[in-house]
Amino acid sequence: MNHRLATALGVAALAIVLTAIFLAPTVTAGQVKEGVNAVTIAAPKTNAKPWVLKKTPDGQPDLQGYWTNNSIIPLQRPNGVTKEFYTQEEFLAKAKQQGTQDDQQTTPGTTGDVHYDFTQFGLDKSQTVITANLRTGMITDPPTGKLPPITAEATKRAADIAAEKRTQGATYDKVQNIVIGSRCIYQGAGPPMLPPGYNPAYQIVQGPGVVMILIEAGHEVRTIRTDGSPHPPESVRQWLGDSRGHWEGNTLVVETTNFNDRVNFQGASQNLKVTERFTRTDEQTIKYEFTVVDPATWATPWSAELPFTQMDGPIFEHACHEGNYGIRNTLAAVRLEDKKAAEAAASGIPLPAPAAPAAGGRGAGAGGARGGAAGGARGGAGGRGGGAPAGAPAEGQ
Amino acid sequence: MILAVAFALGTAIVPFVARTIVGQAGRGAAPAPTPAPAARGAAPAAPVQAAPAYRAPRTKDNKPDFNGIWQAVNTANWDVEAHSAAMGAVWQLGAEFSIPPGLGVVEGGPIPYKPEALQKKKDNFANRVKLDPEVKCYLPGTPRSMYMPYPFQLIQGTEYITMVFEYAGALRTVYMTHKDGPADSWMGWSNGKWDGESLVIDTKDFNGMAWLDRAGNFTSDSLHVVERLTAKDKDHLNYEVTIEDPKLYTRPWKMSMPLYRVLEKNAQVLEYKCIEFAEDAVYGDLRKVPLK
Repeated sequence: MNHRLATALGVAALAIVLTAIFLAPTVTAGQVKEGVNAVTIAAPKTNAKPWVLKKTPDGQPDLQGYWTNNSIIPLQRPNGVTKEFYTQEEFLAKAKQQGTQDDQQTTPGTTGDVHYDFTQFGLDKSQTVITANLRTGMITDPPTGKLPPITAEATKRAADIAAEKRTQGATYDKVQNIVIGSRCIYQGAGPPMLPPGYNPAYQIVQGPGVVMILIEAGHEVRTIRTDGSPHPPESVRQWLGDSRGHWEGNTLVVETTNFNDRVNFQGASQNLKVTERFTRTDEQTIKYEFTVVDPATWATPWSAELPFTQMDGPIFEHACHEGNYGIRNTLAAVRLEDKKAAEAAASGIPLPAPAAPAAGGRGAGAGGARGGAAGGARGGAGGRGGGAPAGAPAEGQ
Repeated sequence: MILAVAFALGTAIVPFVARTIVGQAGRGAAPAPTPAPAARGAAPAAPVQAAPAYRAPRTKDNKPDFNGIWQAVNTANWDVEAHSAAMGAVWQLGAEFSIPPGLGVVEGGPIPYKPEALQKKKDNFANRVKLDPEVKCYLPGTPRSMYMPYPFQLIQGTEYITMVFEYAGALRTVYMTHKDGPADSWMGWSNGKWDGESLVIDTKDFNGMAWLDRAGNFTSDSLHVVERLTAKDKDHLNYEVTIEDPKLYTRPWKMSMPLYRVLEKNAQVLEYKCIEFAEDAVYGDLRKVPLK
């Protein structure tokens, strides 16, 4: 990490490094600075020799290395935006806005600052290289840039899930009621692989007949067979589904099925099928496209596209569950409040209303990647910290 | 300005300091070649000759090809030392979760614990239901991941070798280009090299929280693991591991066992995300309505 080194050198600056991954309109190199944030657009490396796609020893197009899909671009085109691409100036303005927002997430001395210093513990987007993408949203089809409307069946399914949830009591009655991401079970690894809230780092390793993708957030692994073997029986259901791939020219095409019924990606059913296409377009870039098919949720398939850009390694061990002090501390605090309330009720003296635990995943965030000391070491190095899944996708979103 | 500095340095950090494991990789781990048993009917006086070393099939870049799904078939995860069958820790689970017997995988006598460490091992065993990281679905560490009763897939890239373990979705990356570990971790930081027919992996930078088995055998943050994987034939790897941990043991000691290729049709490493199965073990004491 460039900024990691900078921090290690005692440079108290938060740097967002934008590498140029430019689709359609191109962006020239430039730099934007504001306050302690510095945003740099690096020009694509212009080597004297034209880029040639490398092959692995057994002849596959070589996708290996460290990658990130860290993005400031949302899945759906924002309301009010009617065009497919931003101009360079608009993009730079958005990047600058993101840098400022990351810097201002916590104010020294406030409760938020005591709870998490986002810039210290790797929870903000500026901890990793940000892919520059002039798209206004990732969705390419439908042409509106928005998800297709969901079916009546999907609406009912969402209502049923919500109703079932209500029968389970309050969020902090038991660990099982807390969102999946905060419990380190599944943090939205996909597929499709959309940028997680933090730790948007990936490593690809290829062996004969297999492409392995390691996802740093939650140490998720996708082992994609490209040997023509079939999906497992329908009764085998997994959070990451089951992925099988094949090569179409230089493009890795991966089809994933066998999801469990709790992934609930954008409200999808377990019969979701995701088809991804990975094409290395230059040394620093993988063009990543995917199509989602789930007639039980959307009447029509939809597709999206986002770049992966090369980043410096290594991938850290994100021992999220092992360092999950947040769950224990939050549950313990709520039980203590229960006890105080019971004692007050018994004594007849009313207690002031207790402060509600912080909303969502943040209140029950997981601890550092290695629990305690080592996690601190990582945060101190300015790395992609292994902190709380505050930005992790919530269950049943 | 700051960025410019960061950028300039960014390009300078590429050459990592290579580790000096090469000379010590095989320390204490090199087994004497096993003499081949004399062929049946051979003249009794015939000199015993070492079996010709097996030459593994090669990858396209001419390395021994260890790609595939592997699994130990032994009871080392219950106790790496020789042990009798015994009742399990939870009486309700009866014979289903009792302890299967085993001859052990430790070579050269008992694990050479220092006295205080041996006491800790005994305490660990007595409190294993509360303390064993496996009960909590924590990462298994190295080498425990290699002999748990779950398969793992070895994927041989050129710069990296990845091992994907079914248990807890644990993973190891073996750096064939030698890099320094950035911080302590459960699985440690592994650098590898080829030594003829063997893959030799040197692993350090452990957080010291992993156990070696369900019997309370444990490690500290001074753990240093050297593993040697050698194909015995196309479907067996000989796995040897030397454990050095000066805080706990009086000397390095060694385990060895075969790893078997998983040959079932369409075999694959499936998802075993065990966190959910362990949440009441870890947080059950904090339920609003206690578990019965």
